[in-house]
Amino acid sequence: MLRKGWLLLLLGLLLAFPPVASATGLEFYMGLLTKIMIFALAASSLNLILGYGGMVSFGHAAYFGVGAYTVAILTREGLTSAWVIWPVALALCALLAFLIGAISLRTRGVYFIMITLAFAQMIYFVVVSFKQYGGEDGLRARRPEFGLFELNDTTLYYLTLGVLAACLYGLYRLVGSRFGRVLQAIRENESRTAALGYPVYYFQLLAFVLAGTLAGLAGVLMAHYTQYASPNLLAWQQSGHLMMMVILGGVGQFWGGVLGAVVLSLVEEVLQDLTIHWQLGVGVILLLVVLFAPKGLAGLWRRRKGL
Amino acid sequence: MKKVLWLLVFLGLVGFSLAQPRSVKVGFVSTLSGGGAALGIDARDGFNLAVRLLNNQLGGLPVEVLIADDQQNPDVARQAVDRMLKRDRVDFLTGIIFSNILLAVGEAIFEEKVFYISLNAGPSEYAGERCSPYFFNAAWQNDNLHEAMGQYVQTRRFENVFLLAPNYPAGRDALTGFKRFYRGRVVAEVYHRLNQLDFSAEIAQIRAARPRAVYAFEPGAMGVNFIKQYAEAGLMREIPLFLPGFSADADVIRAVGRALVGVYNSSQWALELNNPVNQRFVEEFRKAYGRTPTLYASQGYDTALMLDAAIRAVGGDLSKKDELRKAFLAGFNSTRGPLKFNPNGYPIQNYYLRQVIQAPNGEIVNRLVGTIFTNHSDAYVSQCKLR
Amino acid sequence: MPPSLFLEQMLNGLQFGLMLFLLAAGLTLVFGIMDMINLAHGSLYMIGAYLTATLVGLTGVFWLAVVLAVLGTALIGMLLEVSILRQLYRRDHLSQVLATFALILILNEGVRLIWGSQPLLLSAPEGLSGPVEILPGLFYSAFRLTIIAVGLAVAVLLLLLVNHTRAGMWLRAGASNREMAQAMGVPIKPLFTLLFGVGAALCAVAGAFLGPILAVQVGMGESILILAFVVIVIGGIGSIKGALVGALLVGIVDTAGRAFLPLLLGQVASPEVASNLGPALASILIYLLMAVVLFFKPQGLFPART
Repeated sequence: MLRKGWLLLLLGLLLAFPPVASATGLEFYMGLLTKIMIFALAASSLNLILGYGGMVSFGHAAYFGVGAYTVAILTREGLTSAWVIWPVALALCALLAFLIGAISLRTRGVYFIMITLAFAQMIYFVVVSFKQYGGEDGLRARRPEFGLFELNDTTLYYLTLGVLAACLYGLYRLVGSRFGRVLQAIRENESRTAALGYPVYYFQLLAFVLAGTLAGLAGVLMAHYTQYASPNLLAWQQSGHLMMMVILGGVGQFWGGVLGAVVLSLVEEVLQDLTIHWQLGVGVILLLVVLFAPKGLAGLWRRRKGL
Repeated sequence: MKKVLWLLVFLGLVGFSLAQPRSVKVGFVSTLSGGGAALGIDARDGFNLAVRLLNNQLGGLPVEVLIADDQQNPDVARQAVDRMLKRDRVDFLTGIIFSNILLAVGEAIFEEKVFYISLNAGPSEYAGERCSPYFFNAAWQNDNLHEAMGQYVQTRRFENVFLLAPNYPAGRDALTGFKRFYRGRVVAEVYHRLNQLDFSAEIAQIRAARPRAVYAFEPGAMGVNFIKQYAEAGLMREIPLFLPGFSADADVIRAVGRALVGVYNSSQWALELNNPVNQRFVEEFRKAYGRTPTLYASQGYDTALMLDAAIRAVGGDLSKKDELRKAFLAGFNSTRGPLKFNPNGYPIQNYYLRQVIQAPNGEIVNRLVGTIFTNHSDAYVSQCKLR
Repeated sequence: MPPSLFLEQMLNGLQFGLMLFLLAAGLTLVFGIMDMINLAHGSLYMIGAYLTATLVGLTGVFWLAVVLAVLGTALIGMLLEVSILRQLYRRDHLSQVLATFALILILNEGVRLIWGSQPLLLSAPEGLSGPVEILPGLFYSAFRLTIIAVGLAVAVLLLLLVNHTRAGMWLRAGASNREMAQAMGVPIKPLFTLLFGVGAALCAVAGAFLGPILAVQVGMGESILILAFVVIVIGGIGSIKGALVGALLVGIVDTAGRAFLPLLLGQVASPEVASNLGPALASILIYLLMAVVLFFKPQGLFPART
């Protein structure tokens, strides 16, 4: 585990970044950090079910995208208050995750992977069929009003930082709680956990709904960041992208999602600047990680520290 | 004494900054890989050719062109545009081929008060109420080529027609444009998945419906596949196919070949348009790249000329946004002759009829046949409040 | 609806389904027997198409090009197995997903480096580029008929191979219980390499014949890969018969959905609604099919493992 002191230092640096960036003309990197933090939240939410719960969802982009589209559609319909939009978006994602989870959790293994994919694809095609909401073109998502402050690039950065910190703290407490331990026990041995009298299905479903809701929250922030809801947010490639982040960072390692999001985004950003064949570089790096760091980057970190 | 010294230093600095050769940065975000790559590559080559022929200057300023590939993906385009606006601080942006990509990035560009000169995508959204003073289009409004073809099919008095387009807003706009001028009966209006490559189901429907004519808007790789499969199914001889110019230009001819012979299509530009700008463009393009230019190439070339003319008109002072806008509106000398613009930033121009024929030397070419519209505007300009 | 239209659409569905089967067959065997999720399977389909297009340009003879491309792709597939994929058999599914996803990126960029990012042109052979009259008044593309014939021939060959040869027996043994098969003396290592080569060859056949209809471009493997996964999940992982049934189901349901759903909707709803909803529902149909199959048979239609 990262030490408390290091965490506070990191938090301090992140808090101090925006004024420094605007003084030195590096606003672009503030946006980049915002995006990375959003992906860190989405990847961490996936890590909860994929890593701790052993549920390999290949449809996590559905909640991410629905969160973003809810912002776009509600602001388009004239709603401007974030205090309405946020709860509606989160409730919708929770409901969606409940319905999908309730059906998908009847299957196991690769069939679970494919059925979550199937639901995500259905949502994708339903959303792009609404011509009045942009169809394949996507939809502009205005920034809502918070009342307390005006949402601009800087306040969004702090808002994202705050949300990410709060969610990570919550997740940290959760995986250490009785609920988290039961979830991991189910991953290790489902029938034994059931035999101990735990309602396996309901524990899994609760985790699934929670993860979907957090991914929806990341989607809401994404819509505030790009001011645009794109069908690509819902596409299976996006689900794959989130999965890559988690596996790269470390499945079931607490910082796995964050680490994966940071590293993958930075690698993409740097390589994209260097060459148009940047995907070759990303591919080689991912392959090396699988072959030489079986537990992801977070696992590599732990091994070096001898933990 | 000291004061004088400081003053001299200050003046020296001012003089230095004035003497610094000013330059212009143009961001070029386009589709350079995947199914739509042929379009982006042609537009880029046309743009680069014009810049080179202008001695790497635009309006007398040395130019730096930053090129990025949007992979026909709105999110990738969004990132590239963000980088160019906020990190590289470009003065102008251009290059986007597909309307859905442009719609994803347009507002962000206009908010930064940077001019976007579109060399292809001409969505109706930016032509009407949501028009922006920072948007210009050097090509056409999305509906225009389809309106021209609707008008032509109408004058040929076909009783009914079968319409086909991908299920996305530009596809719907296209068929709306066609129907705006075609008054006959529409047998069926079929929309299919975007980027679909197998048209067997749609072709069977066409065969069963037995229409008098077919009009299809299939941009990029979809067009190549549809035409190939339409010909393979043996329908080319039975039911005449009408296309917008995109689907019958040099790139599609290279891919499809003889199957296209006989097909009528509409365009704002043609290879043999008789003016000095166009003649130089066609000749130099062939010399530089060893292939026949397409309308996309002409649009890329014209966009560079448009920037050149406007920057020259404001004497290279890019901070004068209002005057730049006036200069853009005043128009420039394009491969289509003198080109003027409406207040919504879209051009007022002629639309021509072309036909694909096999020349006596065996080469398959798209020949200019006649004029469909003269000085035609778009249908949305009256809804734009800009003057 | 005229019967000729119905027949033509069924042929379209059959043709699409058979090509899906070629992809799904290799995928389901590798998955079922080696317990290996190989996302890079679609990349072999892409490589097959690129090789065919290049070889058609070099030799000028379509059929020769297909044969050479199939052999070449099989070789590339076996090289991949020996060099990289072999190390992944003992790893968990997630590591396999990440590694083979990395392979997709590497192979895509490799193809782009060699052939450029513009799609390649690949045309149907001259004699097959027109229509033929299969029934009085019903014309159908000669090339698509050829695809159906090739697909059927390969399917029959494969079913015979799996059900009536020693290698096929080993394969079935491996699919139902790997440890047991190994203990009974089945030569697992060379068998796996060979199997991978066969899977790659089948991909190349699909790539060579779909190339002229669709497009030979980078990324062509990914979208069809998802469909191939849908097929093997519906059919039951590890079952060749399941892959065939699943592929034909998906092919026919998808084609019928695109062709007939908008018509059906048009009879109950306004044309505006029908044209909006039709394409969306048609796209959803195969996923709905998969969800329904999995709801009632969580192991697919023909589960290989007992």
